[in-house]
Amino acid sequence: MSKRIEVNDLNVYYSKFLAVEEVSLVIEPRTVTALIGPSGCGKSTFLRTLNRMHEVIPGAYVTGEVLIDGNNLYGPGVDPVLVRRQVGMVFQRPNPFPTMSIGDNVLAGVKLNNRRMAKSDADALIEKSLMGANLWKEVKDRLDKPGSSLSGGQQQRLCIARAIAVEPDVILMDEPCSALDPISTLAIEDLIEEMKADYTIVIVTHNMQQASRVSDRTGFFNIAGTGKPGRLIEYDDTTTIFSNPGVQATEDYVSGRFG
Amino acid sequence: MSLTRTTAATAAPLTNSLTAGKLPRHSPLIVLLASWLVTGAFFFVLMLSGAAEGFTIVGTLFFGTVVYCVAIFLLSYYVEGVRKAKDRLVTALVTVAFVVALLPLFSLVFTTLVNGLPAFLTPSFFTQSQRNVVGEGGGALHAVIGTLLITGVATLISVPIGLLSAIYLTEYGRGRLARAITFFVDVMTGIPSIVAGLFAFALFSLLFNDPGIRFGFGGAIALTVLMIPVVVRSSEEMLKLVPNELREAAYALGVPKWLTILKVVLPTSLAGIVTGIMISISRVIGETAPLLIISGFTASMNYDLFNERMMTLPVFVYTQYANQGADTQSYLDRAWAGALTLILIVMLLNLGARVIARIFSPKLGR
Repeated sequence: MSKRIEVNDLNVYYSKFLAVEEVSLVIEPRTVTALIGPSGCGKSTFLRTLNRMHEVIPGAYVTGEVLIDGNNLYGPGVDPVLVRRQVGMVFQRPNPFPTMSIGDNVLAGVKLNNRRMAKSDADALIEKSLMGANLWKEVKDRLDKPGSSLSGGQQQRLCIARAIAVEPDVILMDEPCSALDPISTLAIEDLIEEMKADYTIVIVTHNMQQASRVSDRTGFFNIAGTGKPGRLIEYDDTTTIFSNPGVQATEDYVSGRFG
Repeated sequence: MSLTRTTAATAAPLTNSLTAGKLPRHSPLIVLLASWLVTGAFFFVLMLSGAAEGFTIVGTLFFGTVVYCVAIFLLSYYVEGVRKAKDRLVTALVTVAFVVALLPLFSLVFTTLVNGLPAFLTPSFFTQSQRNVVGEGGGALHAVIGTLLITGVATLISVPIGLLSAIYLTEYGRGRLARAITFFVDVMTGIPSIVAGLFAFALFSLLFNDPGIRFGFGGAIALTVLMIPVVVRSSEEMLKLVPNELREAAYALGVPKWLTILKVVLPTSLAGIVTGIMISISRVIGETAPLLIISGFTASMNYDLFNERMMTLPVFVYTQYANQGADTQSYLDRAWAGALTLILIVMLLNLGARVIARIFSPKLGR
């Protein structure tokens, strides 16, 4: 189910602008990896290259390679649609489909792809995914209500349920808690802890306590200045990054003396 | 109340520094009526003294309203101060502008109703054509059918073309081609309708080598030329309103682009697109000039779009008015009734658009 990600010499461009430079790292299966760093340093940009969402932006492209269990995402002939079916994503702002009910939102990955599914299978999938996202108890009686009728935290968990319903191997989370209150944040952090058993998770966060709470390994991104490309400064076990970082810039950042 | 009294009694007479003078609640209305009364009285005296012929109600309302604007400003200035006075003046001006804008509409609907209802209510109006009718009677069934057929076909042609162009412009179009399309769509919006009619006429008379060609389908083509730019523009605006996050959410689920457009983008913006299409239909359904050229006019029923002349409501109104027979009044009555029918059709279309928009719009309810 869960897969190993290997990134080699990745450069990420927006047209001519080099946004992220020379990233190389290895993410082991069944781990949570946190990416931290100041705003605009390329964390989210890097995250979006891991399921080829980066190239949705006009003029954006990538050089280097990203291997998922040895398969290069950027090899010739790779279909981004197939990549995204294996690497799911949860966004910063909850974005349930406004025209669909809660249940249909969970099934969106199936329904939007025109796949047929027996009613009983669909119900089972809805229940399993919502259970996985810790939302089942709250919404089981109103699955036919619109997804936008939920609170922000519930909507975000609905988006997580939607992402795991397509049974990906890797889940990317782009600041999933930044728009949520502490209680909902806690619910999602607990969820990440549980989901670690099945998925490889990469999470971008601005909240360093969150990074230290949920992640096994942490990557620190930084930029030398505006207009300069972002770089991966340090990548190590979370405990090492937060207690005994190898680079001065990392120590300054995690101890709050900078950024 | 008693509490505030006692505190006021014990402490020194404190005045709240936040209070200001205020006119009573209904004073604008009273001032307005008073201004009308004053100017009315003025015109009444003029009439009595013989300086003016008769009493003018329009003059009373007009000058009364001007007096009101001045009076409410001065009154408010002395009681409430300069800021509120300006507010009152601008409120008065804005309201007057609104009423002035609505007056022609009400006058139009009222006149059409009064003049059109007699012929509109005759049973033959919606059951008969004008064939062999020279005086009273007959109906506009041929024109109603023609209008529905020609506008319907124009819609059938222009909605797919317009909607697909809009999808191209918002979802795929980049660079020079997209800019060129946008530019030419803007140019097309400004084409005078008579030019569209001449285009269709020239096209078909050359194609069929018939310098006197007249048929309904040609009219539909002329209307299509007028309709496509409106559909493209309105649909494009609606598609642009769909948040990018929804597209990205669908992509992240491994949904291909075309399915994302078909199942996420279009349903989300469907209400707006339908409204835009209805507005574009209302825009072309009243076109007279192009239809006069390419569809011509006739007094007979014609259900065949590809053969013979076909009557439409705007042309019906025009011909009834332009070619009055011996019994002038019945021709004029029919012209007004045709205009009334056209207004009603457009109104029904707009109501339908509202209903559809409500059904399709994304549900936000809790």
